[in-house]
Formats: sequence, structure tokens, C-alpha cells
Amino acid sequence: MYELLAGRVAGWLAAFGRLGYFVASVGRALRDVGTWGSLTAGQMRRVGVASVPIALFIAAFTGIVLALQASYTFTGAVPLYFVGTLVGKTVMLELGPVLTGLALAGRVGANVAAELGTMRVTEQVDALETLAYDPISYLVVPRVLAATVMFPFVVILAMAMGVLSGWLTAVNLLDLSTAEFVRGLKLFYRFKDVWFGLVKSASFGLTISLVGCVKGLSVDRGAEAVGRAATDAVVVSAMLILALDAFWAIVLL
Amino acid sequence: MIIFRDVHKSFGSKRVLQGFSLEVRDGETMVILGYSGSGKSVALKHIVGLLEPDQGEVEVDGQVVHRLERRELMALRANIGFVFQFAALLDSMTVGDNIALGLRRQRLPEDEIHERVGEALSLVDLAGTEDRYPAELSGGMRKRVGIARAIALRPRYLLYDEPTTGLDPVTAAVIDQLMVRAKRKLGISGVVVTHDMRSAYTVGDRIAMLYKGLVRQVGTVAEIQDTRDPAVRQFIEGRPEAAADAEASLGEVAS
Repeated sequence: MYELLAGRVAGWLAAFGRLGYFVASVGRALRDVGTWGSLTAGQMRRVGVASVPIALFIAAFTGIVLALQASYTFTGAVPLYFVGTLVGKTVMLELGPVLTGLALAGRVGANVAAELGTMRVTEQVDALETLAYDPISYLVVPRVLAATVMFPFVVILAMAMGVLSGWLTAVNLLDLSTAEFVRGLKLFYRFKDVWFGLVKSASFGLTISLVGCVKGLSVDRGAEAVGRAATDAVVVSAMLILALDAFWAIVLL
Repeated sequence: MIIFRDVHKSFGSKRVLQGFSLEVRDGETMVILGYSGSGKSVALKHIVGLLEPDQGEVEVDGQVVHRLERRELMALRANIGFVFQFAALLDSMTVGDNIALGLRRQRLPEDEIHERVGEALSLVDLAGTEDRYPAELSGGMRKRVGIARAIALRPRYLLYDEPTTGLDPVTAAVIDQLMVRAKRKLGISGVVVTHDMRSAYTVGDRIAMLYKGLVRQVGTVAEIQDTRDPAVRQFIEGRPEAAADAEASLGEVAS
């Protein structure tokens, strides 16, 4: 039992050490602007722009449900314009960044891990090295930068969509006017609500892309290992997103 | 010149190279023969620093590869073309971009890159395929693009990892002729890893037999063909009764 536990701890420490070494390699590769500079825009399109539809889809339904559940909870006890307050606060502080982050952990994290894993098993990563490229500069830095920069943009659109769908639900399905919804929305609004969500989403983008790259480049051989890397990337990213969510709440709120 | 000095390499409990020593002279094509899984590709990857020896060293033009700083290693790699077993073309790029990849790294002007891509594709009889994607090519064509990508760098050394494995005999012969043509036209030293005897006799100036993690015999094509070493004889004649011995010997390497 003791040996098993010691083995597990040693395994975690080794994994943590490998991650630290990997992050240091990414930091070093940032100097190689000539390699990653021209590749980052393409990744921003793939990671960011292509993720907008799924983020908006999730946000739209989240806004509808929040408005209806707030109305259900408040009716008879709290003035109904607080529906606007709850929709705004919840979408900006929590559900916008976290639900988008979890969805993108699946979309982006799995994609990155599978793509790099396939490149590893088909020796494309080795080929890059023999052509005198650093795979970290060529493959990892563009994806990590793209995800870190683009996730906040995707999340801000998701926040807007969540509030918009909450408002449309309030005025069409609830007994609430636009003026009342906006009154509630502005009641406890602070600019911090927005930037807090954006800081969180940037950290989610960084985490998801790093985990996807680490898992993908760690693949040794075979299609099974690629599949496992994609699954691991999603699971680990999702867990880290929730841990980071709590971390930022403790540190910034 | 490429020199392996007493190279040892293991993967977990599997000991692959156990004191591998070999010299590849300037201007020659050295063929490394051996059973599947005997460590031929492992030896080749040491030359470009894709793997580091557990013990011993590999020297290229007087530089010990595993002791080089990253920048020095990149400079060394720019002088070595590597042709992978399954070509390892980047499948998101066209044939032209694959070949241009190493040239762009060397910061050559675009018109020179364009010229060199065309030259390299002509040399492998694939002129006009610049805009096609690897998925649109046959296995043999992909291998030829892999050779073109390596040749376009105008390297001092060309390393071929199982260049004819998995190809039909005619396509394999075409690849052999390409390797001979590349050496004759460009004067590049080569190391070819294979278990295809016809290919070895066609392209090799000298042949080394890797057996139980060591060089069992090295010599000219004629010397290898006339060898009296039973292990080498069994391999080059492809005698079925030798297969059990080979399995046993590889088992010993692994144990």
C-alpha cells in the first residue's frame, strides 16, 4: 500500500517535472519569432474564429435557461427585474467563461492532442527536427499563443450572446420590459465582472492548448495512443479549468 | 565523415545497440543491414541527434552530435538530409511547401527556393506535382517526394531509413536508381538502412551487417557477397532455417 502510494506520488512528481520542462521550452521558443510568427494567425483562425459558433450556441441556451430559472425562483419574493442582474452576473462571472472553456477543452484540446499525436507517430515531428526546426517553436508556440489570445475574444462574444438571449427570453416569455431587464442588469454591474471573466478565459486557453500539446507530443506509437492522448487532453483540461476557476475566485474576488 | 564509437542504446529493458562502431567515409554510400527490430533506424537517428546514446558517441565532421548546443545541432542538421521510412511528409502542406520547408528555414530568397523545389522534383521524376497534397500521392511517389525534400537542401550527407520497404519491386528499383543518381549527380555521402538485399547491392559502396547490437561484418559489396560468416550468409541468402536463429539472437539482444 505504502509502496503503491509512493509510486503514484513519484509518478505525479515526474509528470509535474516534465510539464515544467515543457513550459520552460515554450518560454525559450518564444524567442524564435521567425518560426512561429507566420504560423500564429492561421492557428488563431482555427482555434478562435472556428470556435465562435459552438460558444454562441452554448451561451444562447444558457441565457434562456438562466432567465427562466431566475424568474421561477424570484416570483413572489424578489422584484422580477433581478432576472437581469442574475443573467448578467452569472454569464459574465461564471458560465460564459467556464462553459465555453469546457466546450473548447473538447473542441480545441482534443484536436491539438490528436493532430500532434498523429504527427508524432508518422514521424512528421522528427522530420521537422531534421529540417532544423524546433517543434516547440513550430507546433506548440503558435497554438498556445493563439488559444491564450483568442479565448477571451470568444468568451466576450459568448457573454454578449448570453445576455442577449436572456433579455429576449425576459421580454418575450416573462412579464418583464426591456427597461426593467436593463435596470436589473446595471444594478450590481462592475467592470471587474467582465475583465475577471476574460482573465479566466485567457488562463483556460493557455491551459487547454498546453495540455493538448503535451499529450499530443507524448504519444509514442499507434492509433490507440493517439486516441488516449485526445481523451486525456480533454479530461485533464476540464479538471484544470474547474481548479483554475476556483483559484481565480479566491485570488481576484 | 561519420563515426560511431562504441554506441550503446537501450529502451527500457531492451538493449538495442551494444557497442556499435562504424565509420562512413566521405563520398561513399554505406548500407547498414540487419533484421527488423535490430536497431538500424535507431543507429541512423543518432546521426542527426534525434536520439542520444546511453554510452559512446557519434561524430559527424569532427563534431560529437550529442554534445552540441541546440544552435550547433540545428546547423549540423541543415547539412544532413533524412529520408524517412514512410516519407514523413507534412500532410497539411502541398508537395512544393514540404520541399521548401527546409529551404525557408535557411532563409533563402523565394525565387531560389522555387528553383530548387523544381530541380529536386525533376531529379525524382515528379516535376509538376508541386501543388498536390501527400494524401493524393501513391506510397512510391511519397517516398520520392521525401527524397526530393532531402536533396533540395543540398546536404553533405543523405540518410535513408528503409527507402524501399513496402514498395513493389519495380517502384523499389526506381527508388534505388534515384539514390544512385542522387549520389552520382550531387556527390553526396549516404547511409542507407535496409533489409532489402537487392537494394543494398545496387546502392551500396560498402555494407555493414548489424547483428546483436554490434557490427558483425563490414566490407565492400563483393566482400559481403563472398562472406564466410554464417550469420551474414544466412541473412543475405534469406534462408528460412536462419529465421529461428535470428529470432533467438534478437531475443538475446532484448534480454
